[in-house]
Amino acid sequence: MSLQAVAGVRPPVAPGSLSSRAIELDNVTRRFLTPDGKSMTALRDFTMTVGCGEFACVVGPTGCGKSTTLNLVTGLAKPSAGEVRVMGAPVSGIHKDVGFVFQADALFPWRSVLDNVAAGPLYRGIAKAQAYEKARDWIARVGLARFEKHYPHQLSGGMRKRVALAQTFINEPKILLMDEPFSALDVQTRTNMQDELLELWSGSGASVVFVTHDLEEAVALADKVYVLTAGPATVKSVYHIDLPRPRVMQEIRYDAAFVEQCRTIWDDLREEVQIGQQRTLDTGH
Amino acid sequence: MTMPAHALAAPSAPATVRAVPTEAEIEAKAHARLKARRALVLGLRIGILFTMLAIWEVGARIGFIDPFFFASPSGIAEQIWVWVTEGTSQGPLWVQILVTLEETAIGFFIGVVGGVVCGIVLGRNKLLADVFSIYIKIANSIPRVVLGSIFIISLGLGMPSKVALAVVMVFFVVFANAFQGVREADRAMIANAQILGASPLQITTSVIIPSALSWILASLHVSFGFALVGAVVGEFLGAKQGVGLLIATAQGAFNANGVFAAMIILAVLALAIEFVITLVENRLVKWRPVPFHEQN
Repeated sequence: MSLQAVAGVRPPVAPGSLSSRAIELDNVTRRFLTPDGKSMTALRDFTMTVGCGEFACVVGPTGCGKSTTLNLVTGLAKPSAGEVRVMGAPVSGIHKDVGFVFQADALFPWRSVLDNVAAGPLYRGIAKAQAYEKARDWIARVGLARFEKHYPHQLSGGMRKRVALAQTFINEPKILLMDEPFSALDVQTRTNMQDELLELWSGSGASVVFVTHDLEEAVALADKVYVLTAGPATVKSVYHIDLPRPRVMQEIRYDAAFVEQCRTIWDDLREEVQIGQQRTLDTGH
Repeated sequence: MTMPAHALAAPSAPATVRAVPTEAEIEAKAHARLKARRALVLGLRIGILFTMLAIWEVGARIGFIDPFFFASPSGIAEQIWVWVTEGTSQGPLWVQILVTLEETAIGFFIGVVGGVVCGIVLGRNKLLADVFSIYIKIANSIPRVVLGSIFIISLGLGMPSKVALAVVMVFFVVFANAFQGVREADRAMIANAQILGASPLQITTSVIIPSALSWILASLHVSFGFALVGAVVGEFLGAKQGVGLLIATAQGAFNANGVFAAMIILAVLALAIEFVITLVENRLVKWRPVPFHEQN
């Protein structure tokens, strides 16, 4: 088990040829205007490449601009400079191969579990019977077959996340973006959901960008971990995680190699966290 | 409501332990306590009603309250009885009620549809909202009852003038709520629908409208009352039929009993419709968690 730290902002080489690059952010800068009219830079000269079927995690200090990277890939936000490419083509609008799992609860509370999961196919114009059949299948896969008729408020936080996963995976996204999806869950539920995610992902062949502030979560899940600097964010270093798959979340955290990798990356990340905290204290916001 | 069945199926305590009550006993006790409390509340409500009516009636009889100005419960009851059995000076009572209800319902319907449509259109379009917000603020600040006079002049003594007044009374309340409801629609939820593949129209129908629905439904309770006020005030200002005209006639004849009797009829109407609106609301938003106080 080897650990390679790629220092600096050198874009890591994705395995395979050029065409196997699912997501590319090329020297991207993203500025936006604050409500009081000031320009703020969230990302600066940001370069990231995620290969097809690769699981990339993005970690960085709180508020550094991690989520911005995802919004750029969806097309919901446009880069101020640089280029974002999905499947080799520049992003213009929402790509149909993209799936997104939100940090907050983004289920539709007025729809039952079945209707929530069927939403994607129905929006995309698939016939009702077919969409519901597919939805039932995905609900069963996340283990909620008995809860089809329940409304989100009748489910626990973990169950709602399962519904969210089914809702996203039913569209069979080739690119899966996740914005701290499990951060609101308790530790045990979170571990279960991480296992659940890895299982769903391993059968899908999707490329994942998973944003988190939890370093251990990142190391446990990812093939590749991007460490960002305190805002404006840019890539500080990239680590390849060579822990064998399939990984089991309950066990991996006691694995010596896992602990070693977490420690190495934490040494790198800690500086940025301290800078971020100090800046928050200094500026007051 | 959603408690899994096994949580309720209580393991019965072993028979040898006598001091510990079983789950069933505890539940029965709690149930009895709840029932007793409900009876107490109901009893107190009825008691207060009868006490107040008794004070009013006795006061009117011994001359402490002048029934010429303030009527008396027996006089009001008598007046309603006369209206029901012999009809009013304008014709049968039920015709008056129907006329007022019709004006209210039509005005309410038009006002709600208009308010919801405008609220959603402006809520979804920032430019339109910025341009029109000032005019809506101005229009909203006009005391709308005054418009009744204009409507009577332009639309005549018939039904249209009352409907128009009811519409303007309802429109702004519903509009403001629909607009707010659209604005409050969760950003993450909209983004989620977008990424799942929803078109702008699908987002409006499947995300924006359902999430604004609680706001809109909440406004219906208030705005129905406003519609009734619009219809009655319109009749009051000039009409050939309706409960409002009953009040105006009774007022002209210094018949305090008549004014109170018409008031009670209106109150019963409003309560009945309120009940219907609540039923409709509960049907439409059955996905909402049950409020805590209703669980008891």
